[in-house]
Amino acid sequence: MNNVRTIQETVVRFAPGKDHDSLMHKPGYAGKPFSRVDANLKVKGEALFSADFKVENPAFAALVYSTITKGRITTIDTSEAASSSGVLAVITHENAPKIPTPPVFDPTGESKGTAASDSPVLQDNRIYRDSQPIAIVIAATLDQAEYAGTLVKVDYETEIATVSFAACKPEAVTPSDVLGEEPEVKIGNAGTAFSEAEATTDNIYRTPRYNHNAIEPHATIAVWNEDDSLLVYDPPQNLYGVKHTLAILFGLAPEKVRVVSPFVGGGFGGKGTLWDNTMLCVIAAKTVKRPIKLVISRAGVFRLAGGRTLSEQRVALGAKKDGRLTALIHSGITAMSKHNNFPEQFTFPARHLYSPKNIFAGQKVVKLDTIANTFMRAPGESIGAFALELAMDELAYSLKMDPIELRRINEPKTDPAKNTAFSSRHLIEAYTLGAEKFNWQKRHAEPRGQRDGKWLVGQGVATAYYPVLRLPATAGIRINADGTAFVKAAAHEMGMGTATVQIQHAAEKLGLPLDKVSFQYGDSDLPESPIAGGSNQTVSIVASVTAAAEKIHKELLALAGRNADSPLSNLTYEQIEARNNGLFSKTDAPEGETYMSILKHAGKDHIKVNASSEMPTELKQYSMHSYGAQFCEVRVNEETGETRVSRWLGSFDCGIILNPKTAISQFRGGIIMGIGMALTEETLFDERKGRIMNPSLAEYHIPVNLDVPYIDIIYNNIPDAHTPIGAHGIGEIGITGVAAAIANAVFNATGKRVRDLPITLDKLL
Amino acid sequence: MRENIEQPEALVDVTGLPFTQIEELSNGSIYIGATVKNTEVANHRIIRERYPVLAQAILSGASGQIRNMATVGGNLLQRTRCYYFYDEAAGCNKRHANSGCDAIDGFNRIHAILGASDACIATHPSDMCVALAALDARVCVEGKNGAREIAFNDFHRLPGNTPQIETDLQADELIMAIEIPQTEFVANSLYRKVRDRSSYAFALVSIAAALEIQNGKIVNIRIALGSVAHKPWRAFEAERALIGAAATKENFSRAADQELKQAKGFAHNMFKIELAKRTIVSALNNLAESGGAR
Ligand SMILES: Cc1cc2nc3c(=O)[nH]c(=O)nc-3n(C[C@H](O)[C@H](O)[C@H](O)COP(=O)(O)OP(=O)(O)OC[C@H]3O[C@@H](n4cnc5c(N)ncnc54)[C@H](O)[C@@H]3O)c2cc1C
Ligand code: SF4
Repeated sequence: MNNVRTIQETVVRFAPGKDHDSLMHKPGYAGKPFSRVDANLKVKGEALFSADFKVENPAFAALVYSTITKGRITTIDTSEAASSSGVLAVITHENAPKIPTPPVFDPTGESKGTAASDSPVLQDNRIYRDSQPIAIVIAATLDQAEYAGTLVKVDYETEIATVSFAACKPEAVTPSDVLGEEPEVKIGNAGTAFSEAEATTDNIYRTPRYNHNAIEPHATIAVWNEDDSLLVYDPPQNLYGVKHTLAILFGLAPEKVRVVSPFVGGGFGGKGTLWDNTMLCVIAAKTVKRPIKLVISRAGVFRLAGGRTLSEQRVALGAKKDGRLTALIHSGITAMSKHNNFPEQFTFPARHLYSPKNIFAGQKVVKLDTIANTFMRAPGESIGAFALELAMDELAYSLKMDPIELRRINEPKTDPAKNTAFSSRHLIEAYTLGAEKFNWQKRHAEPRGQRDGKWLVGQGVATAYYPVLRLPATAGIRINADGTAFVKAAAHEMGMGTATVQIQHAAEKLGLPLDKVSFQYGDSDLPESPIAGGSNQTVSIVASVTAAAEKIHKELLALAGRNADSPLSNLTYEQIEARNNGLFSKTDAPEGETYMSILKHAGKDHIKVNASSEMPTELKQYSMHSYGAQFCEVRVNEETGETRVSRWLGSFDCGIILNPKTAISQFRGGIIMGIGMALTEETLFDERKGRIMNPSLAEYHIPVNLDVPYIDIIYNNIPDAHTPIGAHGIGEIGITGVAAAIANAVFNATGKRVRDLPITLDKLL
Repeated sequence: MRENIEQPEALVDVTGLPFTQIEELSNGSIYIGATVKNTEVANHRIIRERYPVLAQAILSGASGQIRNMATVGGNLLQRTRCYYFYDEAAGCNKRHANSGCDAIDGFNRIHAILGASDACIATHPSDMCVALAALDARVCVEGKNGAREIAFNDFHRLPGNTPQIETDLQADELIMAIEIPQTEFVANSLYRKVRDRSSYAFALVSIAAALEIQNGKIVNIRIALGSVAHKPWRAFEAERALIGAAATKENFSRAADQELKQAKGFAHNMFKIELAKRTIVSALNNLAESGGAR
């Protein structure tokens, strides 16, 4: 069958091409700036994203969305749509196959659920929110499906919806947990300490809703095979989560569901949970018994996938005259839907960054009739750091103290909330290195001290902060008799360089040249990997590959031991190491044998193992975080209020950097996204209807090239002794602290404190 | 059409029409055919030398790719960017007569401060048209009843009670060309666009201005504002106030106040009134410095 062949071709195998970098043959691959192994494919347009896969006889689906916010469908007339040319079926709640309530994302992983929301998908006539999908139109071509979608006629009975954050604030509730942690942390008595403090700041900070705009929209191809197994091409950040959730929804054994996703065209959290579109595509394929392709339009992505919640935060700081913090209060409210549980952990930075004896960090939520909010790059930390780091700057200014000095004075010795030792913390060093390279000492502390014609110039700093996360993972290694190795994990390549870095690490672990190692990923038939979220993927997989390498080396040693002539036969595992394409004595003696030789003598054409990493108990024992210092310079037009970022330096403390090229891209990408968060992006959510009014790239302003200056990145490369090869995940920290650094620089330039994002020109007129 | 606002029964491709010339006419006017691409207009030598405001306006609009495709006729007839106009779920008098105007109490940051009505507060978003308004261009149109010329300022309409009727163009008429009269002093002109990001965003406020000063007195002036009204807004009041006056910042500022006295803001766009004033003053100052004087 054609499908089978396609499947075999989909698993992405990367063995770098012949004309590779000469560095590749040198030992010590980790830490080297190798180019992405998939760069050629991508530049040539040959990398296959979900919607690019060719399947036999596909039909196309388009969605019809609700135009009311809450209520019931009284009639839905699909007759005209159904008789429109090319239409194969119109599916509504009246004729959709019955499926259970989607199991929502569970941070513990126990329920295996990964749905964004538990609102039913096409199961009854109720409308839970604006833009809820209410019909799927399937046709021979996309145009026919989209056109027929406009012919579906719906009558509603509307009910009053709860969509106004402002109106609901008084009834905000404390959530049961915040990503598995306590919703409130109280240390000492922050209220009393604040009221007795010698110096204080106490302000409200607001961040708006934001939406992800990955270049690849959510796109799915669903194929039901003859044996009732399900194949789905979909770009998730959580292959196994999608596999299990679909299995639950469609009553299948998990091994009957295969999710394939060699490349994800950007996720940023927007593909971290399962949205309705994938389920609808599977429903459609089941109904018409044909492969279905469902590609969501840009506006559809805004309507179908939730974004970042808005927030209203209070930060109150109390300090002694010398700058020592005595009280830190960080509280506030975010919005969720009635069908999910994601409060967005904006009070987390306050729990771990500074050293006051009295801390209150607690958050509340309101629950609205809207689409579920979800993760967006550094959820919580990015918006929380905005408020906290602005407050630190405000305190520093009121104390006439350099803002970096204020951080130095308040550097904690142990974790303020957990009272555990830091696994690795060099925040002040990051500030020192950054300040020197940025020429921080040249800054005028007083606002409006620098100008260039009509442009007021200012500089700002803020702390970047993101926790270290590792999740248990499984990896497979297969070593072949020809001396090559395959490393396998159901990992996600969203453009970060996952495959490249994993090959670098595995080659080093196995003592093989890079071009002998290939990495297979992007397929839920491969060993289980965790969600690519919380910046955990790289280190989680490195840990599982480490476990698999140990296991395969032990098995190879045992195999070699059966051959009395093998130089390895009287060596123990502790006495050997992997190098020169095989296993050799750790001493200088050339005792050892290549993998080829071991397998040849054993008469095997390959050996393979799967192994899992251990539970991440280190996260309980230590306070494990990444840090950084963001430095920026802005120019604000005195006449028009336009703000332009003119200089950037990010100085990071994130353990060992495995590949400077891919890592610096991640830092820069995060900073660019932060510039958007600070200055240009805002989802216009009309509270009268709970509807997004700017669902397009023309009106939702992500930064353009001209908005982004050269971004200088430095990092200290200090290994964390408690993480796999001393590395931290670095995908999200880049965005944290960016908006605060910009707001602080705007204050330095203009003397105006803007505490509401985005900092648009009207706020500076 | 992609937004399902227009549902035409038939489409006629006008891109093949032979209105592709940019020519200097015997009376010194410049003739620009309706199907000339925006990029070509902006790069034309005569336009750059004699009408820099037009080249700058076009280059500040959209993106390079869009400008390469966009025609002069099409740019004149582009629709508003009002969010509610594009939303099938919204009340919008422009889209469905008598369905209300959701923008008035909704997101109206990009909406009109001048010449709006209770029926519609949308703006015309074009950059090019602001320059053409300042240049006193004429729109040459032709229909069943023959050819005629429409003064640029009469081409686009204020919304009144019929926001769905946006221009003076009749259903059977085609735009053939634009003619820009010869006006030497507009060589000292500029276009300034204030927007939410550095490029690829519509204006919050824009200005096309030209200035001539003799013996310290303003003898010729043109001011048109963009993204403040349902049409490119020729600031006649400000122009009248400045003719014969000294080219000082104070006078510019007084004239800007005069023009914007009639302005009315809404919840999210009040700032545009102040921004428009500042932009006028800034642009005229620049022109006074850059050679308005002879
Ligand atoms: C993302 C985006 C950003 C943009 N940003 C800007 C910006 O910043 N500034 C700006 O000014 N513009 C901007 N534009 C608008 C762009 O300039 C216009 O889309 C373009 O000028 C339209 O030209 P066109 O030839 O493609 O017209 P079309 O879209 O093909 O036509 C528009 C209308 O004019 C009619 N028409 C075309 N020619 C004639 C004729 N000769 N006679 C009669 N009717 C005719 C068509 O029937 C149609 O109704 C932007 C557009 C997009 C999509
Ligand atoms: S401003 Fe005009 S275009 Fe916008 S909603 Fe109101 S009537 Fe429609």
